[in-house]
Amino acid sequence: MIYPVYLLVFGVVLTGVLGLAAGWVDRKVTARVHYRVGPPLLQPWYDLMKLAGKETLIPAGASVGTFLGAPLFGLAAVTVVATVLWVNALFPAQGFLGDWVVVIYLLLIPPVAIIVGGSASHNPLASQGVGREMQVLLAYELPFLAVAVVPVIKAGGSIRLHEILAVQAETGAFARSPSGVIALIVAVVCIQAKLALVPFDVSEAETELAGGTLIEYSGPALGLFRLTKHMLFVTLPLLVIVLFLGGITLTGPGIALAVLKYVLLLAVITVIRNTNPRLRTDQTVRLFWGPVTLLAAAAVILALAGY
Amino acid sequence: MSFRLNALLRSPWLFHLSTGSCNNCDIEVLDCLTPRFDVERFGMVLTGSIKHADVLLVTGSCNRQSAERLRRLYEQAPKPCVVVAIGECSLSRGMFVESYNCPVPIDHVVPVDVYIPGCPPKPEAVIAGVVKLMAKVREATKKGRGKAPEEVATA
Repeated sequence: MIYPVYLLVFGVVLTGVLGLAAGWVDRKVTARVHYRVGPPLLQPWYDLMKLAGKETLIPAGASVGTFLGAPLFGLAAVTVVATVLWVNALFPAQGFLGDWVVVIYLLLIPPVAIIVGGSASHNPLASQGVGREMQVLLAYELPFLAVAVVPVIKAGGSIRLHEILAVQAETGAFARSPSGVIALIVAVVCIQAKLALVPFDVSEAETELAGGTLIEYSGPALGLFRLTKHMLFVTLPLLVIVLFLGGITLTGPGIALAVLKYVLLLAVITVIRNTNPRLRTDQTVRLFWGPVTLLAAAAVILALAGY
Repeated sequence: MSFRLNALLRSPWLFHLSTGSCNNCDIEVLDCLTPRFDVERFGMVLTGSIKHADVLLVTGSCNRQSAERLRRLYEQAPKPCVVVAIGECSLSRGMFVESYNCPVPIDHVVPVDVYIPGCPPKPEAVIAGVVKLMAKVREATKKGRGKAPEEVATA
């Protein structure tokens, strides 16, 4: 069986290492935007190692199994998604198990893990954060699902990721067509919300909810949530690359191009996060169900019309 | 030095508690995070929840109301955790030493690892204090090899 190897090499090691690096890039760029020096390269690694050595406190009244199980649940989901995406992107010829539906479905689990963990922690601020997280989740999931359908339409109804990639290899990346550009823009806004970054970070909101959903987490459990977020920093841009930007090829200039695509997406995410104020929950919902969903619908209609 | 403590010293997350200060020390603490001083170079970030913190920064003269809160916060902090007292008031109660409302200095309520004097201490003094704290923890670990880090950190 090759699948456990894939899971370990691509899902855990590659995504983990790249995720920690992405976490550093995010913090370093943020620091440079503030005219600060910023943390050293290994900072996200030190943070995780430190959290691994700290005490895990379980609040009185919390449901222990759910409280400690939730971070594992989220991490497992993002590991599987990352494996499916990497293997499909790197070895499209294999026809790897797992398709579009699996990826979209499993990407829902990390936010659900945060919701479940926050609810189990028996803290009023966490409950407040959970309520907000649910509303934001409902808000961005609608346009995200709509634009995720665009590549499927353009690939002639196939939901297999390697077939979506094969079509893009023949006709050029979907982002070159009008519907693809609109879908790409909507998808970038949605992954900003999926990563719970400013301007869509009402559920964590350090300054008003003191950490919100994660307020009661300490030690290794908090570390697992942070690792999940670092890995999403790799997985979500990779999903966008696979669906809209033609995937990754490891021949000649393909490597440089793949790195460029990823770094550009990461830079856009970080710049959005540093140049916007936090939106309230109602503003977030209005934004996603209003203009963003309209754009997503336009992309779907254009794709159906063949543009 | 234990691996665990090494990581702790490279990523100390701060929690900031005012026990009735005049806010001057609090402003100087926030100054440390500004571009001029940028303590994130050393991995220090301000956290919103005590459960995420490794360092408890205490300012103020510790009045009757906040003494109880300070003790509870210290108990809630995941160990190993160190306490830094910032400013004259938190060291010796300063000008409030005779006050009916400041019965004890804060090191009678929680164990304090580093005292940073000043009214208010400059950001340079705060950073120097934290560097001393790191040196102290390193030194204590060398001496107390075999002890648990939390014993050493609060030794």
